[in-house]
Amino acid sequence: MLKIHNISKTFNPGTVNEKKALSNLNLELAKGDFVTILGSNGAGKSTLFNAIAGSFVVDGGSIVLDGQNITNLPDYKRSKFIGRLFQDPLKGTAPNMTIEENLALAYMRASRGTSPFSMVSSRDRKEFREKLAMLDLGLEDRMNHPVGLLSGGQRQALTLLMATLVTPKLLLLDEHTAALDPATAEKVLALTKKIVAENAITCLMITHNIPSALALGNRTIMMKDGSIVMELAGEKRAAMTTEDLLRAFHAQGVENDRILFSAEMK
Amino acid sequence: MISSAVIMSALELGCIYALVALALFLSFRVLNIADMTTDGAFTLGCAVSATLAVAGHPVLALPAAMLAGACAGFVTSGLQTKLGIPSILAGIITNTGLYTVNLAVMGFSSNVNMMKAKTIFAMLQPGLGGAYKLLPVALITLTAAVLLVVFLKTRLGLSIRATGDNPDMVRASSINTGFTITVGLCLSNALTALSGAVLAQYQKTADINLGTGMVIIGLASLIIGETLMPKGKLWSKALGAVLGSVLYRFIIAIALRLDLPSECLKLISAVIVALAIGLPAIKSALKPATKGGNAKC
Repeated sequence: MLKIHNISKTFNPGTVNEKKALSNLNLELAKGDFVTILGSNGAGKSTLFNAIAGSFVVDGGSIVLDGQNITNLPDYKRSKFIGRLFQDPLKGTAPNMTIEENLALAYMRASRGTSPFSMVSSRDRKEFREKLAMLDLGLEDRMNHPVGLLSGGQRQALTLLMATLVTPKLLLLDEHTAALDPATAEKVLALTKKIVAENAITCLMITHNIPSALALGNRTIMMKDGSIVMELAGEKRAAMTTEDLLRAFHAQGVENDRILFSAEMK
Repeated sequence: MISSAVIMSALELGCIYALVALALFLSFRVLNIADMTTDGAFTLGCAVSATLAVAGHPVLALPAAMLAGACAGFVTSGLQTKLGIPSILAGIITNTGLYTVNLAVMGFSSNVNMMKAKTIFAMLQPGLGGAYKLLPVALITLTAAVLLVVFLKTRLGLSIRATGDNPDMVRASSINTGFTITVGLCLSNALTALSGAVLAQYQKTADINLGTGMVIIGLASLIIGETLMPKGKLWSKALGAVLGSVLYRFIIAIALRLDLPSECLKLISAVIVALAIGLPAIKSALKPATKGGNAKC
């Protein structure tokens, strides 16, 4: 499904601030793979997402998604088939527009061929209602409220729905529950699991929480200095405990207070 | 002290300038871009309209002016989205260039005398009687306002609104922000030029300096309207822009009645805009410090 071959990215090349963010990174995902990504700050996790989503063009290498080479495709064209959630719940929705209007925007990805001058139809509205009801947050009765009135958790749940309203080929989750309170984070995570499983979405998720990195998905990778230093799948992953993974972290020299903390919390 | 003729002309001018307020509602409020092309685009509308009316095409003059205004908006958006020039600077650059273009349109003269030219108002006078000026301008403005509100609810309109509201999100929903900004600025400058076009035929003269300060006048009207109307709905915002523009003309009419020299008007407009935009900051400065003062979520 996704083939990342030898991609590199260096920021501010030739200056004192030169930073090699991705170095010859390779990653291959099969259809339906759900990969969790661990790594300390600055390991290149978000940079990897930015490269896949097209926020910048990589210095070298290629990115192929579902047989299409997207290495040089601009970001807005990639977002037709790549859904993305950020840590900041405010980033994914337009606050001064209503829930319905936000959903209509997300739905435009599917509406190739419809006139740009067409409006939200009652059929669209019904579908939005049904999907919103699945979130179980009561948002289906507030479709005409501006999104700015919702809480962070509600906005993130809505963003998740928007990113998957038209099933994407690839879903990128960049610590999308990190800014939420524990109970809401739990709920959004459960929703993520449900939506990803129901639609068999190929998914990459960055997290700092070791237990959830192991519990969610079918593969786990660890990043350091812009490349993948460890990969877990199958039985090896199933047998891995939080403590084992933590030791593996130390062995790789990956130090991160947030990861340690999340492991101890358990 | 205010005669019916004064009220009439305030209503008429208010409706004409309301098109600028609507244009700025689109660029400044919806797209979140302070579009400095406005002054030049207004004069461009005047110039095109006057020149065509003198040539005997007063009706054709209006769509032609809108097209010219859209072109000006296209240049500004191109400077901004293709060349990466900051939006304010892009508008100022286009505005500067338009000065020459506007002179050229008027045959390299700083004004056009339309005293003998046929205008849309002269054409309508036999049928409409006393309201031959107010009716058509009110109709044009209300039509523009309704079309604008309907447009902003379409898919393309939603994309334009989201571009001003949250550009990050827009790029993540497969919308090209370069395209939405271009459409928005073309449309807003077409409205501005239409306003200039109607004004030229209304007062039967066009002048190279007519558009000077237009962006501030438009903003003042827009902001007056915002304080009058309830927040939230699009139609109420658009209607507010029209009402604000009419009210602004009444304020000007009263100021003139009070024997205020007309040279002071631009200063008054500037003060109104500065106060209105700065009002939230002034309010919070006057209020005793409370926790979490920033109410924006």
